[in-house]
Amino acid sequence: MLSRVGDRVFWMSRFMERAENMARILGVMSNVVLCSTPETQEQNLLAPLTITGSTKNYYALHEQLSLPALTDFMAFDADNESSIYTCIKAARDNAHEVRWQITSEMWETLNATWLEMRSFRRESSAGPDATRFFDWVKERSHLFRGVTYGTIMRGEAFHFSRLGTFLERADATARILDVKYHILLPRVEDVGGALDYYQWAALLKSVSSFETYRTIYRDQIYPINVAELLILDRRMPRSLAACLEQIDQALARVDGQNDHAAKRLSAELQARLVHGDIEEIFRGGLHEYLTEFLEDIHELGQRIQRAYLGAL
Amino acid sequence: MYDEMYQAKSEARSHYSALARWLESMPPNVVEEKRREADLLFHRVGITFAVYGDEQGAERLIPFDTIPRIIPQSEWTLLENGLRQRVTALNRFLHDIYHGQDILRAGVIAAEHVLTHEAFQVSMIGLDLPNDVYCHVTGIDIVRDGDGEYYVLEDNLRTPSGVSYMLENRRMMMRLFPELFQLYNVRPVEHYPQLLLEALRASAPRGVRDPIVVVLTPGQYNSAYFEHAFLAQQMGVELVEAVDLFVKDAQIYMHATSGHQRVDVIYRRIDDPYLDPLAFRPDSMLGVPGLLAVYRAGNVAIANALGTGVADDKSTYPYVPEMIRFYLGEEPILRNVPTWQLRKPEDLRYALDHLPELVVKEVQGSGGYGMLVGPAATRAEIEAFRERIRNNPANYIAQPTLALSTCPTFVEKGIAPRHLDLRPFVLCGRECKLVPGGLTRVALTEGSLVVNSSQGGGTKDTWVIA
Repeated sequence: MLSRVGDRVFWMSRFMERAENMARILGVMSNVVLCSTPETQEQNLLAPLTITGSTKNYYALHEQLSLPALTDFMAFDADNESSIYTCIKAARDNAHEVRWQITSEMWETLNATWLEMRSFRRESSAGPDATRFFDWVKERSHLFRGVTYGTIMRGEAFHFSRLGTFLERADATARILDVKYHILLPRVEDVGGALDYYQWAALLKSVSSFETYRTIYRDQIYPINVAELLILDRRMPRSLAACLEQIDQALARVDGQNDHAAKRLSAELQARLVHGDIEEIFRGGLHEYLTEFLEDIHELGQRIQRAYLGAL
Repeated sequence: MYDEMYQAKSEARSHYSALARWLESMPPNVVEEKRREADLLFHRVGITFAVYGDEQGAERLIPFDTIPRIIPQSEWTLLENGLRQRVTALNRFLHDIYHGQDILRAGVIAAEHVLTHEAFQVSMIGLDLPNDVYCHVTGIDIVRDGDGEYYVLEDNLRTPSGVSYMLENRRMMMRLFPELFQLYNVRPVEHYPQLLLEALRASAPRGVRDPIVVVLTPGQYNSAYFEHAFLAQQMGVELVEAVDLFVKDAQIYMHATSGHQRVDVIYRRIDDPYLDPLAFRPDSMLGVPGLLAVYRAGNVAIANALGTGVADDKSTYPYVPEMIRFYLGEEPILRNVPTWQLRKPEDLRYALDHLPELVVKEVQGSGGYGMLVGPAATRAEIEAFRERIRNNPANYIAQPTLALSTCPTFVEKGIAPRHLDLRPFVLCGRECKLVPGGLTRVALTEGSLVVNSSQGGGTKDTWVIA
C-alpha cells in the first residue's frame, strides 16, 4: 500500500475517533455544569479547553467563558482545529482521497456524516439541542467503526485504520483522566462530598464506564478504582491497556523496512500496562504518570508515521 | 441530415427496429423512473466530472442518455480496420520523426512544421521504445456527415479520457434495462481494463519479468480524477501522485508502507510539460524530479510516450492520410474532414470569406474550448473571432460545418434527435487492439454540434451488435 494512502486511512479513523471523544467530553461537561456551583463552574467549563489545549484560541475569540459559547466553539467553529466540525471534515477529506482503497460503504458513511454535519443549525445545536447533537456524533462514529469492521478486508488499510482509532482513543482517555488533576483537586486524597461524586461519575460516563464501574467494584467511586479501570483494565474498551493491546496487535500485522523503533515502543508500553500496578502509579503521582504516558503515545504516533506513512 | 435510428419518418433502420418498438411500448412514467434511477446511481457511485472555471468547483454529473447508439457489425469492422490502420501509421510517424525523419526528407510534411512544433520533444530523439509504440492509448473522434459516411474528426494521442464512461454506461444500461440485452446481441466492452493492463505490461522496459504498473494522476481536483481512480482500481494497480514517486539509482520507486517499491510502467494522466520539473516546467508540482533521465535510460516506460502531441495537433491532422500512404503503402480506410490550414495564405483568405458556414478551431485546443461554429454564431461573435484569426492565423484551422448525424435522445420535452460523435479507444502494446464500442457523446441542446462534456454534452451507451 502507498504510504500516502496509509496516511489518509490512518488519519481518517483518527479524526473520526477524535470527533467522538470531543462529543463525549462536551456531553458530560454540559451535564456537570448544570449542577455545579458558580465557583466550580468555570473550572468545569475550562476542562474541554484544557484537554484539547485550545484555551488560548478560545479567549482570542471570546471574552467570557459560557456554556453556549464554549459548545459552539468546540462543536461548530470551523476555525477551531479541535472542533467536532473540523474533525468530521478532516475525516471526510482524508476518506475522499482514498475512497478507492476503502469500501464504498465507508466512504458513503463519512460523506453522509459530513453532509449532515453541515446541515445542523448552529444556534440551537450549541444550545438546547446540544445533547442530541453529541449523541448524533457518537452514533455516526459507532456506525463508521462498525461499517469499517464489517466491510473492509483484513489488510493494511484495516490495520492502519485501527492504529489511528486506538492511538487517538488512548490519547483521549489519558487526557480525560488527567482533567481531574486540572479542574478539581490538587491532591487525590481530598475526595468526598456530593459534588465530587458527580464529577467522578461524569468522568466515567464520558468514557462509557459508569455502569462497568458499578459492576466491577460494587462500591463508592474512589479515584484509585477509576484510574485502575481506565488505565489498567484490558476488559474496558476505552482503557489505556485495551488501546495498547489493539495497537500492538495491529502493528504486528504490518511490515515495514524501518519499523523496529515503532514496534519496540509499542511492545514496551503494552508490557508496562499489562504489568502495571495502580498503587505504584499513585505513589509516583497520577498526573506525572499520565503526562509521561501522553508523551509516550505521542512518540509512538510519530514513529508509526515515520515508519510507514511518510512525513507529516 | 443522417439519423442513426430513422431512415425516414417513423421508419427505423433494420438494426434499430427492435429498439424502436421497445421504446414505443414503454410507458412514459417507467422511462422517467428509470432515468431518475440512473441519475441516483451515478451520483451515489460518484461518477462525476469537475468543470474547469466552474465557480463552485462543483462536481457535475455528465448527463447519461438511456437510448443507446447502435453500430452494426459491418460498420464496426470498417471502423476497426480504419482505426488500427490510422494508429499504426501515427506510431510509425512518431518513431520516424524522432529517428530517421524519412517523411520530412521526402517532403510529405514540412520539416519546420514538425521540428519547431511546441509539442516536439528534443529529448525523444534517438530514444528506442519497446515495440516502437508511442501511443499506447489513443482516442479517435469519429463523426458521421449527412451522407452517413464516417469521418475522423480528431486524433487524441496525449491523455485521452472518457473510457470510464463507456464502461459505466454499459453497466448502467445492463442494470436498468436487462431485457434489451435479450433483444440484441451486444458485443461486450468490459474487458477494456484487462486489455489496457496487457498493453501497459507489454510496454515495460526490456528484461523486466513481472512489471509493476501504476496510474499517475494530478490528484483529486483534476477533472478526470474519477477515471484515473476507476482505471487503477479496475486494473488492480496503484493510483499514484507525484509525491508518491521518487528516483533512486536511476530507477523509479514509490513510497509504500512496506518500504520502497520499484515502478516499471507509468500510465500517466499528466501532460508532458508537467512530468518532470527538472526537465520541463520548473514550477510543476505534479511531476517527479528526475523522471526524464530514468526514462531516457530505458528504466521506466511512460504511456503515452513523451512528444506524441506533435502528431495529434489539428495542424498535423490534415497530413494523416498521407502518413498512411507513406508508411503503410495503403489507402486510408477512414476519411479526414477537409481542412483549411489558416497559416497558408490562400486557405486563410477562403476561410475569412466563408466564416459563417465554417467551424474554426485552435490547433492546440481541446474540450470544445476556443472554437467558432459559424452557422450557430452571431455576427458579433464571428467578427470577434475574425480578429483573433487575423492576429494569429497559424493558430487556427477551419473545416466545413458537418451535418453531424443525430440519434433520438431524451430531452425536457420528450424524445428528440440530437447530434452525436463517437470516440473509440485503440490500445497498442505488442499489437493494436480495440474493444467493440467507444464513448458516444451527444449534444443535448437542440441544433448544437458541440458534444464535449465540458460544454454540457451528455453520453450514451454504444452498442456494436453481432
